[in-house]
Amino acid sequence: MALNASDTAWLFVATALVLMMTPALGFFYGGMVRSKNTLNTLMMSFSALGFVGLAWALFGYSVAFGRASQWCGGGEYFFLRGVTLDAQGTIPHLLFFAYQGTFAVITAALISGAIVERMRFGPYIVFITLWSLFVYAPVAHWVWGAGGFLAKLGALDFAGGTVVHINAAAAALVCALLVGPRKDYARQAMLPQNVPFTLLGAGLLWLGWFGFNAGSALGANRAAALAFVNTMLAPMATLVFWTILDLMRTRKATAIGAATGIVVGLVAITPAAGFVSPMSAIVIGAIAAFPSYFALLYRAGTRLDDSLDVVAAHGVGGVAGALLTGVLASKGWSGGAGSGLIDGNVRQLGVQAIAIVVTLLYSTLMTVAIVKLTGALTPLRMTAREEGLGLDVSQHGEEAYSRGEGAILLLDGRRSE
Amino acid sequence: MKLVVAIIRPERLNDVLEELFHAEVKGLTISRVQGHGGELERVETYRGTTVKMELSEKVRIEIGVSDHFVDPTVKAIIDGARTGEVGDGKIFVLPVEQVYRIRTGETDRAAVTPVGVPPG
Repeated sequence: MALNASDTAWLFVATALVLMMTPALGFFYGGMVRSKNTLNTLMMSFSALGFVGLAWALFGYSVAFGRASQWCGGGEYFFLRGVTLDAQGTIPHLLFFAYQGTFAVITAALISGAIVERMRFGPYIVFITLWSLFVYAPVAHWVWGAGGFLAKLGALDFAGGTVVHINAAAAALVCALLVGPRKDYARQAMLPQNVPFTLLGAGLLWLGWFGFNAGSALGANRAAALAFVNTMLAPMATLVFWTILDLMRTRKATAIGAATGIVVGLVAITPAAGFVSPMSAIVIGAIAAFPSYFALLYRAGTRLDDSLDVVAAHGVGGVAGALLTGVLASKGWSGGAGSGLIDGNVRQLGVQAIAIVVTLLYSTLMTVAIVKLTGALTPLRMTAREEGLGLDVSQHGEEAYSRGEGAILLLDGRRSE
Repeated sequence: MKLVVAIIRPERLNDVLEELFHAEVKGLTISRVQGHGGELERVETYRGTTVKMELSEKVRIEIGVSDHFVDPTVKAIIDGARTGEVGDGKIFVLPVEQVYRIRTGETDRAAVTPVGVPPG
């Protein structure tokens, strides 16, 4: 196919939008931790832009989009060899690579929500880099790669409900269990330090998600328009139902609840975005509020310190979205690309379930292996004293809210007279 | 009556409050302060600027107690605040001349005894 200028222009914008989602996630997460861990939490997202992004350019892209087998790609695109300006579909291959790279980055960063406020920064970086190569890239190949086996099976995942959200949530669960709870977990009240950060992050995530979902059409076309509008409608419905649940439970519509509801709606519509009608998107958004809402409440009473509820938001929301895609995918709206239960296609729901289970199993097992390997090389956790002091000071030598009182300027050898 | 003033690590505040609660010490004031004991200096870097943090964040707790409550109060603070590292803080016990409870005008011992507890 030849290059198409409109498609290419839209993918430039979409790539930038999805790249912005990772800093946005940093603010979404950063608002919910204690102030002494603000910078560390933000850095867990920001550093993924570098480490995972580079790993993607050197190796990950080839593993995900190479053509070796239905299980994973080969080495033909290592070091970007062969990733040229020639057309891949209707956009330059190089732009396609960049767009997909932004997905690898945010998927790895999502996991950080399960281990904030206690994991050491070094092992975290090692973990997400390895994870992006050995877990994200193969799973992306199965669903989106050339001849991937879940794609051949007919699994529908428009923009990454399974590849991104279920995948990251399984890893988050494993990390929370293996790294262990924060020392203060279930002992002391740990309050969010900056709820406006979290709302800002949720808003920017929503903005970026237009690139994530509508960009996944890989062109400026009908599917993109459908995914775009569905990305607007579904979180609206989730926000409404989340607020109603909040009001019924505590008589207060919480701001963190609103931010969470928006993200859950975005997660749920991700696999369905280009396959379902706008009314179905509203239904998906509305339904998705319930399992995640109650999963959050349940989790908080357990010993599982999935600190920022990656499993409840991305795992439970992702599974709800992937299954509902199998129900509501419409031949008419998707231009024949997908059909679900409402079209009489009973098989689709089973295929969706297989894709979910396979991804959960693979991600869980591989994450255990990578965390164990990283933990064998270097301790995963801070000492209790450093954890008490906060990770900003102990890991980064900076403070988010430094008052500067009592700070004495050190002049190093080069500059002193 | 005594005024117990303790300077502790902020991250130990919750433990100290828990210990004080168990020792049934009620009625206290806390403030966030900055101070310098003998702890090791901390170095922070912001772009090219490296600074030595001479002052550390601390929390000051002030508790007015009747004499026989001094020991349990001090013990509770030590139990909650001690990490064994330099920088755990100090406790000062000061004599108090007079205490007034603003709401009732009660003075001295009656004023430092929490509501609902018979002074004794």
